[in-house]
Amino acid sequence: MPEPVIVSQNLVKRYQDFVAVDGISFEVAPGESFGLLGPNGAGKSTTMRMIGAVSTRTSGDLSVLGLDPNAYGPEIRSQLGVVPQENNLDMELKVRENLLVYGRYFGLPRARVARRADELLEFAQLADKAGAKVDDLSGGMKRRLTIARALINDPRILLLDEPTTGLDPQARHILWDRLFRLKEQGTTLLLTTHYMDEAEQLCDRLVVVDKGRIMAEGSPADLIRRYSSREVLEVRFGSTQNAEVAGRIEGYGERVDVLPDRILVYSDSGENELERMTAAGLRPITSLVRRSSLEDVFLRLTGRNLIE
Amino acid sequence: MTGPQLSPATVAASARPPRPFSSVYAGNARSVMARGWRATRSTNSLVVLSGFVEPIFYLLSMGLGLGALIGQVQTADGTQVPYAAFIAPALLAVAAMNGAIYDSTWNVFFKMQFAKLYEGMLSTSLGPLDVALGEISLALARGLLYATGFMLVMQALGLNLSWWALLALPAVLLIAFGFASVGMAVTSYMKTFQQMDWITFVLLPMFLFSATFYPLSVYPQGIQYVIQTLPLWHGVELVRALTTGQINLGLLWHVLYYAVMIVVGLFLTTRRLKALFLN
Repeated sequence: MPEPVIVSQNLVKRYQDFVAVDGISFEVAPGESFGLLGPNGAGKSTTMRMIGAVSTRTSGDLSVLGLDPNAYGPEIRSQLGVVPQENNLDMELKVRENLLVYGRYFGLPRARVARRADELLEFAQLADKAGAKVDDLSGGMKRRLTIARALINDPRILLLDEPTTGLDPQARHILWDRLFRLKEQGTTLLLTTHYMDEAEQLCDRLVVVDKGRIMAEGSPADLIRRYSSREVLEVRFGSTQNAEVAGRIEGYGERVDVLPDRILVYSDSGENELERMTAAGLRPITSLVRRSSLEDVFLRLTGRNLIE
Repeated sequence: MTGPQLSPATVAASARPPRPFSSVYAGNARSVMARGWRATRSTNSLVVLSGFVEPIFYLLSMGLGLGALIGQVQTADGTQVPYAAFIAPALLAVAAMNGAIYDSTWNVFFKMQFAKLYEGMLSTSLGPLDVALGEISLALARGLLYATGFMLVMQALGLNLSWWALLALPAVLLIAFGFASVGMAVTSYMKTFQQMDWITFVLLPMFLFSATFYPLSVYPQGIQYVIQTLPLWHGVELVRALTTGQINLGLLWHVLYYAVMIVVGLFLTTRRLKALFLN
């Protein structure tokens, strides 16, 4: 078992009387892709900032690459690549200049930064935009440039805070593809997301965070197995009918969840449940059988939808 | 708050203790300055030009125009000099102040509040003092450029009355350094555009009343004391003494005044940037 690159034990961040992170413990192995999954305000970004050595913890223990971020901020930051939630690209500089200038902030030699910048433009599929203004890039391109910039110092860990929030589906898939390649090359990824599909795509292992605490930990498939079922049947009877119908389908599948707009039946076979429903004379307006996802896990763990 | 030993070192650096000040200064302010050069080159070249010609317009209109009516004026130590030679060093000090203030206030305010530039810089191995020194050095470089141009115009018009005038260039840098570091410190506490307007509100009267266009002796004694506490007055007196060649040991007080401004400004800026971005 290789040494973990991040070890967090009982990590706490308190602002005056508000507790943003409330005793979080986890470890990340080198080369692993680790996710913090949770709704807005769960404490994900604050945790990321403490690991990124730009925020001081209130209590608990934290070790990044074997060092304490409170004492070795610059040393740790020199080994990290940071993709913040909001792009903070340098709008006064051109695309390639953004990479050159950022590399120099790390004190890296000019020639090495220039060579690396060209490689990264290629990797981020921005080589033909090298001389463009940042403002003229699309949202997806800006995001890829931010990721390229975070890689300029060949970081040992890449921190990604909500990497694809606000991007259209196509741009998301391009970005996931790039991140997947990094993972294949052995870069350790630590990412926050509130998208279940993103976590399933990119994370080897993840923790579900809510209100500053860890609710569950495991691989995506593992969590789905533990906290959900193989399939989910979603049915809608119309908002006035759902509650009434709920009483009649009690005991269906492994579990039934009644939401304001729909009913979820967790089962190994959604089709079977639907047939049973139809046989009982129930006629849903719409029905959908789908694979269970991390969304269902979150709902099960917290009683709430992930995106509210 | 060292708890249980977590994991053995995975980075060689952990073997040695952190350098003193390593959390605020990485010794790489030049990369911040280089970034400023690039940005200025591509976006702000016109602003640079306007800052250069403004004091020259003042000198031509007031120094030569008004000067023809006024004739000779008495400097602080009682020597009579032509009016243009009296106000030229003051305008030089003002140009240094304005250049430094522009770079360290509006520019910095924008980068902090909107561009999130410092947030990006401080997630690299740079520290807040690198950022402060880099930004201020850029302001100084611009100040030096303006001042050199202005000195050449002064020389052409015969307004440098002594070889001591050569020392006016480092003096102007000192003035710019003082204003830039205090300007950046003040800006780092500002949150809105309205608050930024206060800076202009303070600078304009200081420009008009700091013995810029007439000797301090025209004021009653009480007001003289007030003017003598203002930073620009010290700058004007220092530069004027050098370009008119009236050297005395008392000038060191002006130098000391600026040295204190620099240290206090840098200290506050560094502390504030650290609180804002590395909390």
